[in-house]
Amino acid sequence: MTAIVEIRGLSKVYASGTAALSDVNLDIREGEILALLGPNGAGKTTLISIVCGLVTPSSGRVSVGGHDIVRDYRAARALIGLVPQEVSVEPFAPVWTTVSFSRGLFGRPRDDAHLEKVLRALALWDKRHARNNELSGGMKRRVLIAKALAHEPRVLFLDEPTAGVDVSLRREMWDVVRQLRDSGVTIILTTHYLEEAEQMADRIGVIDKGRLLLVEEKAKLMREFGRKRLTVELVAPLAALPESLAARGLAVSEDGTRVTYDYDTRAERTGIAHLLAAFAAEGIAVRDLSTRQSSLEEVFLRLVEENA
Amino acid sequence: MNWRGVVTIYRFEMARFYRTLWESLASPVISTVLYFVVFGAAIGGRIEEVEGVSYGAFIVPGLIMLTVLQQSVSNASFGIFFPKFIGTMYEILSAPVSFYEVVIGYVGAAAMKSVIIAGVTLATSFLFVDVTIRHPVWMLAFLVLTSVSFSLLGFLIGIWAKDFQQLQIIPLMVITPLVFLGGAFYSASMLPPFWEGVAKLNPVLYLVSGFRWSFFGLADVPVGVSLLAVGVFLGLGMLAVWYIFRTGWRLRN
Repeated sequence: MTAIVEIRGLSKVYASGTAALSDVNLDIREGEILALLGPNGAGKTTLISIVCGLVTPSSGRVSVGGHDIVRDYRAARALIGLVPQEVSVEPFAPVWTTVSFSRGLFGRPRDDAHLEKVLRALALWDKRHARNNELSGGMKRRVLIAKALAHEPRVLFLDEPTAGVDVSLRREMWDVVRQLRDSGVTIILTTHYLEEAEQMADRIGVIDKGRLLLVEEKAKLMREFGRKRLTVELVAPLAALPESLAARGLAVSEDGTRVTYDYDTRAERTGIAHLLAAFAAEGIAVRDLSTRQSSLEEVFLRLVEENA
Repeated sequence: MNWRGVVTIYRFEMARFYRTLWESLASPVISTVLYFVVFGAAIGGRIEEVEGVSYGAFIVPGLIMLTVLQQSVSNASFGIFFPKFIGTMYEILSAPVSFYEVVIGYVGAAAMKSVIIAGVTLATSFLFVDVTIRHPVWMLAFLVLTSVSFSLLGFLIGIWAKDFQQLQIIPLMVITPLVFLGGAFYSASMLPPFWEGVAKLNPVLYLVSGFRWSFFGLADVPVGVSLLAVGVFLGLGMLAVWYIFRTGWRLRN
């Protein structure tokens, strides 16, 4: 697949001295959904802001559809739609005016049929004459998406599209994004929700402290995220693992009261049922069970160590 | 050149003006009436004529200038400050429009509003005094150039301002005093020689003088100098716009 966005050696140091991005290289493929995952302050928004022209890079270059974002900014920006993190719309203007403004601003001729299609897809058609300040928070967020789609962009940036959004609306937004991808739009979304990246993305980029730690197919990355640890607390301490359990990759705590077992939640058989059956067969009494998923933070730490 | 983008910004700004048309026009009309009552009737009773023109008619160009300067600065500064304040500026900055095109859209709309309000102010003054305009083309030229220059200044104030206080301070502390001291309600020649010299340091005097000349053929300074002053204003404003375009000052990080 060809890259629609090419980022090479991109760095940003703000006037305050904060290094928000360090030497980021990234190819975004046409037609994919790429999720940029990272904690707050990782540099996700800075990366998006540079590509969209809101922030001037300190070094490096970016091209969109083959157009350099500085030298050929008109052609590059015409291909991009941006949905910012903050919900900010002109409060007193009606929805239709707001969306028409976006289309005109991007130099596109009037096309009421297209705007109608966008508003209908986002369930805003009935609200087209309402002022923005009469809309609910979720509707305003959809107005932002409608504005970004008004000029028919090929690349859509969604900066934290579901931050502070309730669960039902979040699923609604995911459906909208999937429909957009199906219509051929390349989508880059930033998030700090693992679940969101998992639900939506074809590929996931992990970013932390301004560095892009990796970009990987979701399936591969999820195997990493999908590791879980089962801890079995025993009634009586074990002196040693019985032979039938020794081959299962278990670890026993020093005092012999806890046994841990690492497994992949995505594997066809996690082995938990067999394990517990084996405990019963050996007559080992279990006091309690707990499982813990490797947290995003742990994955980050591991990635940082690996990339140090 | 993205003319469609320019026209879109212009129309959006004018739509804001039309949405609040009554408020936009009522305030300058009421101010004009008040100035006529206070300056025309009260002071006009004591000063009957200034250089052969009745005092009531004499203050008309100054009144219009006062309105145009205040309206240009406040409309243009608010026009660009508002998207900064509510956060919609991101769209302007990420659109395929150059900064010059953004300036043309916002300043064009602000200047047009000023010209419309000037027209309404002039029409209101016809109700009170008999005013003839000797050089209507020059009158329009001064009006448009002044509106554009001060809308540009307002635009720069809107970019510079970080809060509403800063947005208000220049019109309040600089523009209004300069207009009052710029011969809007008197001729500089009526002042003692020392103060006449001081008044001539005030750039607004040149604008009022040129504008008054287009009405009555009377001027404190030669009309060419007035025209030059407007040109210098416009030039300085454009220089500042060029600097912002180059550096992204107060707009891009």
